[in-house]
Amino acid sequence: MYWKIILFVLMTFVSIAGIAFPIVEKPSAWYEFPFIPGLEENAKIIFFHVPTAWLAVIAFLMAFLYSIKYLRSKNINDDIKAYVANQLGIIFCILATVTGAVWARFAWGAFWSWDPRQTSIFALLLIYGAWFALRSSIESEEKRATLSSVYSIIAFFTVPFFIFIMPRIMTGLHPGSADDETSGPIVNFKMNENMLLVFFISLIAFTILYFWMWNLGYKSIIYKDKLNKKLLR
Amino acid sequence: MFQKSYNIFIKDIKSELRTRYAINALVMFILVAISVILFSIGNEKVNSDLTAGLYWVVIFFSAMSGLSRAFVAEEEKGTNLTLQLIASPDTVFTGKLIFNLILTFFMNIVITFLYSAFFESFYIKNPALFILTFVLGNIGLAISSTIIASIIAKAGAKGTLYPVLSFPILLPLILTCVQLTIFSFDGTNFESVFYELSIVVSYNIIMITVSYLLFDFIWKD
Repeated sequence: MYWKIILFVLMTFVSIAGIAFPIVEKPSAWYEFPFIPGLEENAKIIFFHVPTAWLAVIAFLMAFLYSIKYLRSKNINDDIKAYVANQLGIIFCILATVTGAVWARFAWGAFWSWDPRQTSIFALLLIYGAWFALRSSIESEEKRATLSSVYSIIAFFTVPFFIFIMPRIMTGLHPGSADDETSGPIVNFKMNENMLLVFFISLIAFTILYFWMWNLGYKSIIYKDKLNKKLLR
Repeated sequence: MFQKSYNIFIKDIKSELRTRYAINALVMFILVAISVILFSIGNEKVNSDLTAGLYWVVIFFSAMSGLSRAFVAEEEKGTNLTLQLIASPDTVFTGKLIFNLILTFFMNIVITFLYSAFFESFYIKNPALFILTFVLGNIGLAISSTIIASIIAKAGAKGTLYPVLSFPILLPLILTCVQLTIFSFDGTNFESVFYELSIVVSYNIIMITVSYLLFDFIWKD
């Protein structure tokens, strides 16, 4: 119960701080954010865009771990957990893509420009889409669980190429790219303390939110299955 | 084990030569795809970057039309149970992988030949780099398509699902190979493409390890 109140407080703080706190040249008060050249007012999206992208990857990692667990134990509940993780993952992946595209419209002038980061989030979306397409094409429950677990594991091993390798060796527009000099501070954590604090609070709040949603999601599916079995008997 | 894999490979070759299903479909697909590209280009001058992209587009879709055969045929004829009885999963995978490797190399040599005949901008200034890219790219393509084909064979809607599942898995390989092909057209030397080459090599190693680890789970019913 306590953590729900904590989550509410954190989320409210992040929303207010992220949207309403001013960006000034020389921050002096605790609520003032620094002015980052090349990003300016657009920098505030970091409080909402980065956590969604982070959760898309976390969800993917969870699906990967529960897929391994399923293949070892053959316990159908593990497959349901992986399924719910992927369901949430695709939602956050779409949110990250949309918020990123809106930001890109104002920062780079176009919604989409095939920057390496955009390519990688697009590939992540494709993987999620393919995973659900594979699941819907298999009738038998056990077979579906096994094959989708295998695909999820294979797909996970290509993700490091997209997320960590390609954006760093290819030149791009996104903060943190190989040739990035003007707007580097974000990835190198050169934001000032207030900004970092709000950023990490936002990350924590979103992560708690994710685990709450995941918990509710998989429990409801497991209970539904149990009820179905009881009613049919 | 290698003897058995070799026997499975020979069996695949023989049944392929009897029907020539995959080879016919592949050759026709390549011809159709390249002629569509040539018609749409018309008299336009195509630069070398675009040629490299189009080259890998044709390779990707040809692979998607032919390489699923190895496993789908077993499933359709109902012979996979016999294979499960006589050989271990690793052996089956090795045999199928060799068959797909041969098919990929055959297919891509044909595509490369046709491209060099029909595209003026397909002009390779660094042949050694091109051959290295070609070999590494084909190996990666064959490994990933084989493992995805084995998943597809167990699922419904086989034809449409295959490119959908393979594309995200193959994307890192294809993007890097397009980049490397452009470099080989420009005549870049080996030192400056070290990163790209190491990505392709590590991709191949990761994929072959994962495939051998996971094939057991797919293959056993």
